Amino acid sequence: MTLLNNDQVVPRLEVRNICKSFGSLKANDHISFRVLPGEVHCLLGENGAGKTTVMNIVYGLYRADEGQIFLDGRPIVIRSPHEAIALGIGMVHQHFMLVPTLTVAENIILGTRPLFFSRSSLLTNTWEIEQEVKSIAERYSLKINPSALVSSLSVGEQQRVEIVKALYRGVRLLILDEPTAVLTPQETLELFDTLRILVREGLSVIFISHKLNEIMAIGDRVTILRDGKVVGEKLVCQTNTQELAELMVGREVKLTVEKKPASPGEEVLVVKDLNIEDHGVKTLRGVSFSVRSGEIVGIAGVDGNGQRELALALAGMIKPSAGTIKLCGMDLIGKSPAQIFRAGVCHIPEDRQKMGLVMDFSVAENFVLKKFSSRPFVRHGLLHPKEIFSYASRLTKEFDVRTPSVKKTVDKLSGGNQQKIVLGREIDQKPKLLIAMQPTRGLDVGATEYIHQQLLAQRDRGAAILLISTELEEVMALSDRILVMYEGQIVGETLAERSNVEQIGLWMAGVRA
Amino acid sequence: MELVGSLLQAALRMATPLIYAAIGETYNERAGLLNLGIEGLMLIGALTAYTIAFFYQSILLGVLGAAVVAGLFGLLFAFATVTLKANQVIIGTALNLIGLGMTSYVHRMLFNTLAGSAGNVQVLPTLRVPVLKDIPIIGPALFEQNLLVYLALLLTPIAGFVLYKTSLGLALRAVGEHPKATATAGLSVTRLRYGAMVFAAMMAGIGGAYLPVAHANTFVENMVAGRGFIALAIVVFSRWNPVNVLWASLLFGFTFALQFRLQIVNLRVAYQFLQILPYVVTLLAMVVLRGQTAQPKALAVPYTEQV
Repeated sequence: MTLLNNDQVVPRLEVRNICKSFGSLKANDHISFRVLPGEVHCLLGENGAGKTTVMNIVYGLYRADEGQIFLDGRPIVIRSPHEAIALGIGMVHQHFMLVPTLTVAENIILGTRPLFFSRSSLLTNTWEIEQEVKSIAERYSLKINPSALVSSLSVGEQQRVEIVKALYRGVRLLILDEPTAVLTPQETLELFDTLRILVREGLSVIFISHKLNEIMAIGDRVTILRDGKVVGEKLVCQTNTQELAELMVGREVKLTVEKKPASPGEEVLVVKDLNIEDHGVKTLRGVSFSVRSGEIVGIAGVDGNGQRELALALAGMIKPSAGTIKLCGMDLIGKSPAQIFRAGVCHIPEDRQKMGLVMDFSVAENFVLKKFSSRPFVRHGLLHPKEIFSYASRLTKEFDVRTPSVKKTVDKLSGGNQQKIVLGREIDQKPKLLIAMQPTRGLDVGATEYIHQQLLAQRDRGAAILLISTELEEVMALSDRILVMYEGQIVGETLAERSNVEQIGLWMAGVRA
Repeated sequence: MELVGSLLQAALRMATPLIYAAIGETYNERAGLLNLGIEGLMLIGALTAYTIAFFYQSILLGVLGAAVVAGLFGLLFAFATVTLKANQVIIGTALNLIGLGMTSYVHRMLFNTLAGSAGNVQVLPTLRVPVLKDIPIIGPALFEQNLLVYLALLLTPIAGFVLYKTSLGLALRAVGEHPKATATAGLSVTRLRYGAMVFAAMMAGIGGAYLPVAHANTFVENMVAGRGFIALAIVVFSRWNPVNVLWASLLFGFTFALQFRLQIVNLRVAYQFLQILPYVVTLLAMVVLRGQTAQPKALAVPYTEQV
């Protein structure tokens, strides 16, 4: 893609000095950048840097406090997504906006036709509508089946439907919010191919991401945001991941996880032929593996292939229909979550806000959530606040939780600090087995780095760690052994040092070894 | 033979108020609103129709009035649940209590009677289709009925067509399933839900109006007698499909008709046991169909525009 001098081309989109505050927080502080026709423009930044806020302003979901937006050189005001669509701006949200019970074609035409009193309100010519949808998809080499129900599609296919939906509405600027978070590596490559076709046709694409490799692979230009401000704009061909990471974080960062070779000991967790059935659907089918002390076993896989059920079964929260789970020889099946916790199994659940923490409890209360009923936190049936606060203060320091007070409720803290509370509470038990499910989901580079170090420290202490993550990079960086789950089965296993992305990607897509 | 024919004829007659109410509620639930207050709306419709028919001697005006007044209550329901995002179960229950209390009060006040019947209104005439009505068994059921029955029979295929074959129907199916996706596609969740609710309330009003003007010729306190709740069951039983509503309503209408007939033939069973027949069938249907997954995902969930 050729990059022209900014001044000679009318930009497709220009935002100038956009400001947006939420209370005392300045989410966007004089943000300006230009997106040219026919380019993939990346917005890079950590969580909370203001990328999504500025895009929501462009898409009409928020109103800016200050600043202007120009489309093809003309100043515009966007008050709703409806107006944004009419102006040719489309957005593919992180969580897809598709109705699962409708067909692909129905989803695509939804909202594009008058509801009453018009010939086009009649949808009796299903075949013609489907052909129309198909021809648009084919123009951009997108493969979709217009008559399929959306609920029957894979995540990658759903994303294609979202893109076709935008194209059907005639967008000239397509915003993609963290589009690769839910894709397998192969699907990501397919998406990139699609984006290249779109920009070749003259569309502009804004690609929001915090993944440096992807920006290097697909971007033409990148604008870096930090704390609501633009801190840099680079041509992708003139920069590298290290420079981008430092701009994004604002300090030097280690992009690679440094770890010593593992020295695994005895088998701590042995799972044999585990099956789980949920309302007649088999979510886990004959899963067997083991985790030894002093090693990290990573489970990779696309979201929804049984990882959740596996973690919950190990923590005692769902009952398997068959199979055994043994911790140092002791049978765990049939034991309550509390008994399993006391036996030395700690669990960092995938959703810290729903399962890991009680959001309107204080930091201190959350730290003692699993042991407030035992000494020294309770005496003669009454809670002992002094003990609880001193314990919480110690953990707050030890795990670097940034909070003004341990009495603050956790919903006021950032995601990174919330996760540190969960991590601290679990690690302080000195677990024999630590199950970490999506431990860095939604965290910024700094917090991610911290969590990774802590997990490695636990490994080196001799804990057995089961890391379940849909972030393949994370699994590959931390694990000593990698298992891949697909449709409730383990379809591949490899040593981390011998792994390669292509092979794991094929397993994740269900291609057997 | 003649007995079966007249039983079917009665079944369809008894099914008619259920069809109206259940079709309306199907649309409502497809749009994501759960109205437990159908019973109350039907009572309001019944009293309105009776009052207008009594004082103005016009059944047609009565039925229209019932639709309008019930529609206004539907607007109130929509304001509380869509705009103010109040709990739909609570508002629906309130609507039932208002419907029962208010109709009883207004009825006693206007007609100065205590619970009893004040006087009869003219009954909706039966329109007989010549020749066709003489077809054995189904003839009387399909071709010897009043206008509201014929309209109910037409309503189900039309409602099915609109829901599955027009962009309005597509929008309604989408908004009850995934309102946020519907909003990002450029449609107004609020307007769709208000529209569905008012339509549902008007249909419940007509369903209620049927009872005094075509069934009993008079108004009696609490005369809807649980039909609003049966309509709710029919919606689930039909898997939120307006075409199925016809069959489900016929099943319930049949049990109503049957218990009347059984009372006449003197089965040596206390008539109270026969009277509970339709409700027992409702319970059984709900048990048989437990765990159905066709329910709209966003049913009874208020929609807040958040980012």
